[in-house]
Amino acid sequence: MLIGKPAAIPSSEITPKATYLNRRNFLAGAAIAGAAAFTGVAFRDLADLVDPSLTAQANAKIDGLQKSPFSTTEKETPYKDVTNYNNFYEFSTDKYEPADLAKNFKTRPWTVTIDGDVKKKQVLDVDAIMKMAAPEERIYRHRCVEGWSIVVPWVGFSLSELIKRADPLPKAKYVEFTTLYDPKQMPGQRTSVLQWPYLEGLRMDEAMHPLALLCFGMYGEVLPNQDGAPLRIVLPWKYGFKSVKSIVRIRFTGDQPLNTWQQYAPREYGFYSNVNPNVDHPRWSQAKERRLGEFLKRPTLMFNGYDQVASLYSGMDLKKNF
Amino acid sequence: MNRLRITKTVIFLAALIPLERLLWKATHDGLGANPIEVITHSTGDWTLILVLTTLSITPLRQVTRQYWLIGVRRMIGLFAFFYGTLHFLTYIWLDKFFDVHEMLKDIGKRRFITIGFSAFVLMIPLALTSTAWSIRRLGGKRWQRLHRLIYLTGILAVIHYFWLVKADHRKPIAYGVVLSILLLYRVGVRMSEKASERRKQQAIPAQAQNPL
Repeated sequence: MLIGKPAAIPSSEITPKATYLNRRNFLAGAAIAGAAAFTGVAFRDLADLVDPSLTAQANAKIDGLQKSPFSTTEKETPYKDVTNYNNFYEFSTDKYEPADLAKNFKTRPWTVTIDGDVKKKQVLDVDAIMKMAAPEERIYRHRCVEGWSIVVPWVGFSLSELIKRADPLPKAKYVEFTTLYDPKQMPGQRTSVLQWPYLEGLRMDEAMHPLALLCFGMYGEVLPNQDGAPLRIVLPWKYGFKSVKSIVRIRFTGDQPLNTWQQYAPREYGFYSNVNPNVDHPRWSQAKERRLGEFLKRPTLMFNGYDQVASLYSGMDLKKNF
Repeated sequence: MNRLRITKTVIFLAALIPLERLLWKATHDGLGANPIEVITHSTGDWTLILVLTTLSITPLRQVTRQYWLIGVRRMIGLFAFFYGTLHFLTYIWLDKFFDVHEMLKDIGKRRFITIGFSAFVLMIPLALTSTAWSIRRLGGKRWQRLHRLIYLTGILAVIHYFWLVKADHRKPIAYGVVLSILLLYRVGVRMSEKASERRKQQAIPAQAQNPL
């Protein structure tokens, strides 16, 4: 798994079982793969010439998805809404803009640095990470701190799979996640609305909880750029901003990380940020939420309905540790 | 007079465009993933833009000496109230669905709602006394004093916007800058008027001493 330099041809491209291009891109993809194999030229260099969307592997289907007992049976939010309504401040503070602004975002080659209090400090290629475990489809409720919610069929596997392989030292009590910092590609980072790069953190037991998802797809396909490609986490019992997108670094540490939103407004956003209808945001109520596509608001559930995480916080004052 | 009538017609039709666009989008699946949020933001934006537009009429007519512009101010002000009402209705109907209990809690507890609500309520007496009859009835001076409430509405509306955004304050700040310019203009005019009054008062006894 230790990869110093990303392979010239991402293994996912030579192993069609893991990821293959869908019908729309099939012909172009086959041509490129063939040409790449023949000439030995890196896949993405050629792909750049053909169609920029191919470099992002847009719409590539993910094969062999396993069902998950964690999935909800609630109605999935339309793909169109989940891909056109994105809080992704690296691109824009306007939720309707990342879909367009992230169009040409480069998600390959992509590596993730694993460091800090860990036995195996390493730089992993995202394609290698995606093969660590069998991909599952997990249909989760997703609740934004702003008071809206969606139901998304994410694709990935438990974050614990990666953490176990990284082998953290006993003194590692927290995990910190960092989003890519690249103002050239991410226009939102040219403004100072937030401190870049975006940082988030979890307590080790939260990160190891089976619900915590290391995610690289949704709706059976590779993650669209505006939804956090190529690799993100999804924490369905926490407000959406905890679920970091486009991760480039995972650091294990003994100290509680200062997450970006807490750093920005400590009175409004805490470290835990568990969905909690009883603790209002200082400026708005969290008792209800609007499920996108529905007219009337519905009551927000404690831990967003994921009661199985409650034991992580037993004995804690969740009003103080909001 | 003819120019005023044409201008008023154009402004009337133009001021309806934001509403028409919303209605068109609403009936053509164009409001996106969160229609109620779009309607709330759009009506709010246009209320603020129109409040700032009414506030710009006086400076504009004085600076450009186009004094007839006063004739369009009332209509723009009423449109500001119209969009403010739509914004308020969106909140009580689409957002809260007439949940009075929750709204009262909101108004008492959430300062951006308290202040936004105040900004709206302050516009009601202005809309009610917008007729020529009201001006006669109240007398020009008193009517004018009452209608200075619009300054407060503008200030409260900008603060309302500033307080509700999560992190990106660029737009509320832009509105705030425009509002500041419009209000500072008035302060400047007021101060220079006072100064010239004082000069006049000092000038009179001097002339009296030395009659020509």
